[in-house]
Amino acid sequence: MSTMQLSSGEHAPTRYHPATRFGVTGFGFYVYLLTDAILFSAFFATFAVLKNATAGGPTAQALFDVKNVGLETACLLTSSFVGGLAMLAAEARRRLPLILSLCAVFLLGLGFLSLEIREFVGMIHAGAGPDRSAFLSAFFALVGLHGLHITVGLAWIIVLLIHLGTMGFSASYRRRLFCFSLFWHVLDIVWIAIFTFVYLLGVQS
Amino acid sequence: MTDTASHAPIHLRTPGTDVHGAAPWSSYLTGFVMAAALTAASFWLASGHLLTPASLVAALVVLAIGQMLVHLIFFLHITTAPAQKTNILALLLTLLIIALMVIGSLWIMSQLNVHMMPMDQLMQMQR
Repeated sequence: MSTMQLSSGEHAPTRYHPATRFGVTGFGFYVYLLTDAILFSAFFATFAVLKNATAGGPTAQALFDVKNVGLETACLLTSSFVGGLAMLAAEARRRLPLILSLCAVFLLGLGFLSLEIREFVGMIHAGAGPDRSAFLSAFFALVGLHGLHITVGLAWIIVLLIHLGTMGFSASYRRRLFCFSLFWHVLDIVWIAIFTFVYLLGVQS
Repeated sequence: MTDTASHAPIHLRTPGTDVHGAAPWSSYLTGFVMAAALTAASFWLASGHLLTPASLVAALVVLAIGQMLVHLIFFLHITTAPAQKTNILALLLTLLIIALMVIGSLWIMSQLNVHMMPMDQLMQMQR
């Protein structure tokens, strides 16, 4: 519709800009993230269906530690905020604040991941591994998928830190940092759904 | 949140527009404080016994939606600005697919549960 208006020869509204590499890459990555959200929703649907299929094994109330989940949430929310600050530092081309905030995002993400791995290991040792019941299979698949994304994000931060040294504040670097920032914020949105529907509502029923 | 229209520099805007530049960092702070408050409210409600189970479910769902909106508006900077129409449309389509998938799965599986014979009787019949 917008292109038709432009090609009709009348004076184009000022809000239409020609597509830049930044806009195209960013939009493509945004669409990828939306499909990733669809992938997650399939795992959520599976979990919701199998929530009560405990096969006589441990239930959500017996397994989940809400305090631990609160800590994980605090780590991830803070890291999302600091990730925003990293974007601001990059816009202002301030190298040290950017490095520091990326390191903070990395450490908070690592804190989240280690809390999650500790929880998983504790559950598996208590005989509540993914092979115990359909409920636990769905739980490990959903939360594990999120953890896997976080792991990829942590690797991405390391790559971003290395690239800052090699390419500096180039257009391509800004593009990569922008995509990472989108990725990290969306992972936090997925985590909101996980802690609400899996943990907080799980320990109620 | 006031819309920054097409001239003001906007930072981490979700794409579909190429307008970017330095953004108010107060946006991130506002988002962080609001998200933290909503999250704390979720955990507080879930750990107490203030609400009946049904209203607790409703409250937690509303709080979760609120948190996601805070993230979308203050962290991802999705607005209803005309320049962001593509973003909003893609997001709405995704939400439609997600709703179909989740609600559809739950509906089909609960119908199956209702209409299927209990497992022990089924086993008896197969003997």
